[in-house]
Amino acid sequence: MPLTTTTPPFVAVLVRGLLAGLIAGLLAGVFAYVAGERHVEAAIAIEEASTHAEPAAGAHDHEDALVSRTGQRGGLFLATGLFGAAMGGLLATAYVLLSRRRRGDDDGRSGLLLAGAALLGAVIVPFLKYPANPPAVGDPATINQRTVTYLLMVVLGLVAVWAGSLGYRSVGAQAPTWLRAAAAVGGFLLVTAVSYVVMPSFQEVPADFPATLLWNFRLASLGTQVVLWTGIGLLFAALMHHERRRRAGTALPST
Amino acid sequence: MSSSASSQPVVHPVGSARLLWTVLATVAVLTLLAYLVAFDQGAVSRSGMYLHELMHDGRHLLGVPCH
Repeated sequence: MPLTTTTPPFVAVLVRGLLAGLIAGLLAGVFAYVAGERHVEAAIAIEEASTHAEPAAGAHDHEDALVSRTGQRGGLFLATGLFGAAMGGLLATAYVLLSRRRRGDDDGRSGLLLAGAALLGAVIVPFLKYPANPPAVGDPATINQRTVTYLLMVVLGLVAVWAGSLGYRSVGAQAPTWLRAAAAVGGFLLVTAVSYVVMPSFQEVPADFPATLLWNFRLASLGTQVVLWTGIGLLFAALMHHERRRRAGTALPST
Repeated sequence: MSSSASSQPVVHPVGSARLLWTVLATVAVLTLLAYLVAFDQGAVSRSGMYLHELMHDGRHLLGVPCH
């Protein structure tokens, strides 16, 4: 049994996932700060203008807030860093749990595939149904409902990706690639389409909210998640590659 | 995380009950961490709205419903 087909212990994988997630989260924070902060600021200005016009509508007082705007801008990095670490750790856990299915010792590829699956299922699918909202958009009265449906949509997105991989595998390895790919796309689209139809929609953008600001904010928000998951995938694959080389190096110095 | 894991073949790393519990505990802790960042409103963290407000911009830009 050659040493290159060993798998590292769970904790070694977990630590690498957490580290990849923390770094990717901080990178996502940098992207969000550069690309998104000014849109958040612009939206808060609109929110405060409308709150001052009719004080009863104030959902969220930014003036005598617990945390200053400077604090919230700094908190952005804390939020993306911690969220990234959590996601990286969960990715590493999924990686270990799914390693039973892996035939070879292709660590880099499966780590990247998992991150891509998470980006598609847990980010892009929910985003297209429930896109990110800047301050001043969204009715505070429905926040619990929107939170629950958003989380449900994340789960359904991951189910859709799982249905895609199930479709890919169910066709059989001897089938042509295009047929397997078509089965994967079909499984994914079936679950996604049914979810989109069944799940409730929320139309809560104020009529006078600038469309360009909404678009720019949403693009920045999606970009933040893309940076996060791309970073997690690449860094995790790189760290696992390094780990494998280190382990193999004890037996095979030439690698 | 069995002691022989360092030289285990790739076939079944999820063999022992101990590893299963480690995995479950890890998932629970990481889910709690993600919850504190993305959804906490003080009920779990007992910090009032402090964490919620501190993470405000991050939550918006990560695309999580905020308010």
